[in-house]
Amino acid sequence: MKALDRLLPLIQNETLKIWKKKRFFVILLVLLILIPIFTYAQHRIDETNKKNFKDWRNQLVQQISEYQNTLASDRIPEEWKLSRRIAVQQLQYYLDHDVNPNSPDGVTFTRTFLSNAVTLFFPLLVLALASDLVSGESAAGTIKMLLTRPVRRWKILFSKLVALSLYVSLTVVMTAVLCYLISGAVFGYKGWEMPVFTGFVINGSSIDSGFAHAIPQGLYLLMEAGLIWVSAMTVALLALMVSVLVRSTAASIVTMMAAVISGTILSNMASSWHSAKFIFSVNLQLTDYLAGSPPPITGMTLGFSLVTLACWGIASLIVSFSVFTKQDILN
Amino acid sequence: MQHARQEAVLSAHQDVVLSVRDIKKQIGGKPIIKDVTFEVRAGEIFGFLGPNGAGKTTTIRMLVDLIKPSSGEIRICGEDIARHPEAALRHVGCIVENPEAYSYLTGWENLEHFARMQRGIDNARIREVAAIVGLDARIHDKVKTYSLGMRQRLGIAQALLGRPKLLILDEPTNGLDPKGIKELREFVRMLADQGMSLFISSHLLSEIQLMCDRVAIISRGEVLAVGTVDELIHGADNYVVWQFEQPEAGRRLLASESDVELVAEHEHRIDESLLGMREAIITAMSPDRIPSLVEKAVRAGIGIVSVHSIAPTLEQLFLRMTEGESIG
Repeated sequence: MKALDRLLPLIQNETLKIWKKKRFFVILLVLLILIPIFTYAQHRIDETNKKNFKDWRNQLVQQISEYQNTLASDRIPEEWKLSRRIAVQQLQYYLDHDVNPNSPDGVTFTRTFLSNAVTLFFPLLVLALASDLVSGESAAGTIKMLLTRPVRRWKILFSKLVALSLYVSLTVVMTAVLCYLISGAVFGYKGWEMPVFTGFVINGSSIDSGFAHAIPQGLYLLMEAGLIWVSAMTVALLALMVSVLVRSTAASIVTMMAAVISGTILSNMASSWHSAKFIFSVNLQLTDYLAGSPPPITGMTLGFSLVTLACWGIASLIVSFSVFTKQDILN
Repeated sequence: MQHARQEAVLSAHQDVVLSVRDIKKQIGGKPIIKDVTFEVRAGEIFGFLGPNGAGKTTTIRMLVDLIKPSSGEIRICGEDIARHPEAALRHVGCIVENPEAYSYLTGWENLEHFARMQRGIDNARIREVAAIVGLDARIHDKVKTYSLGMRQRLGIAQALLGRPKLLILDEPTNGLDPKGIKELREFVRMLADQGMSLFISSHLLSEIQLMCDRVAIISRGEVLAVGTVDELIHGADNYVVWQFEQPEAGRRLLASESDVELVAEHEHRIDESLLGMREAIITAMSPDRIPSLVEKAVRAGIGIVSVHSIAPTLEQLFLRMTEGESIG
């Protein structure tokens, strides 16, 4: 309790500094610009679909038959066929249970937006918060003031970590809330109770829908947000480590962006390179496991990805703390 | 337990506030600090003098736990900085190199930030230190609108927050105008009179001479000497600079004196900006001889425009200590 009393003012300091740097306002601003754009795009898609199909079932049937046509073609690579085959099975499942997977409402939009944002958009927002957390103080020289006060170094880094976790959590929550509020204005504030199917088990080239079950979309959204939080926190911990190791904020952002982007590229092309599944950025798309999309590399499961991300997170914490508490401040 | 230990430690080192013993530091295999030992006593102003690159800032960084010494021991108020950094740093306020502050916060928010990092500092204390450094009028403005002088004041206010027993200032006069330097000197004296010890680094002997009680001279990572300023300066050559109405006659007069040595233009080590006089004749001689020589010149009908006695520079002092071995 006493230790916490001494940590709280430090956490207050770090939280205040991020707030006063207006980083979080920038994030909110980006969200406030991007979400309406995507809402409008989705609105146009819905309009076109409405024109072409009177019933959403017709649309699904057409989509399924299109996929099946591509499956017959010889020129399509085998990996593509696999993901198409799985998609066909899922669409069929939705059709059989008479549930529209693309129903236009605020919650569905939020769910789709979040799962599309997990590999690049969220890491980007997290980097805006985390990249200059330590390197910013090194560059400005304030690190000298910070570390010559009668406070152990690990407490300073720990308070930075707590403040960062707070803002990362807030970013995930605010993205979902803004998404719902803005898109709901167009699509209607409904869809919480709509059933969504989860629990598909990918088994080699086929999908096992034996464990599939319907859950309310509201619950699905919550699970999705939880998984996004895990991948955002992993990026945050890695960014914190890079920020400790690199003294320049620009270098710190570039390093992390390169790592995150290369992961996205790898997950699109590395299905035959098996050890790539141990790279953290290949594992960021946790929400895909929930939806039952095929993983970037065969053999990857939700459990595997969570453990891999946890290992990366813990390793970067160990590096951050041991370097930060021992390093000589020379500049 | 903790308390008893602290008291025992304190009573054993009643009047030594900072003790530095045999510290060495290697960075990247190169010895940066070879051997530094000195003590700072309670209530004294201690100068730390050396040319740029001698290891002053590295030493200061070791005093405040920014850099860990490779070997040796640093104690502040008896607390070993390596073993109990929290306890040791509680007694220290410092500005290392430039006074830094969060430019996106106000002066007040900066002070609040650092107040939260130590115990027993309330808003009254923050107001008090802001008033001490004369920043109370602008304290609620963002630091990015501050001038360099104001940032310096804010830095000192921050250093004073925790009522330190030892205040460490690294080249505090850098970037200050002459008025600011004079104010700083008076301020430092006032703090010392209140019983605080001050550790001030500089590369200017004149500055240390005016400000400090005792001084350590450092060169190439080694302390060459520790003593009072007068002790250290005593014996170093003085330059006397003459300006005559008839330079040639004056030069002849001075040259005829056996204990006056004329110094050629390119040989002296006086700062050109200090000199700045036309047709000046530079001599190495005791200042005691000035009155009799002036009399002689007047009697010979040589008009004297000015006579300046110039105190030895740091460089001269070094030359004497290292016996002719030049400093980088």
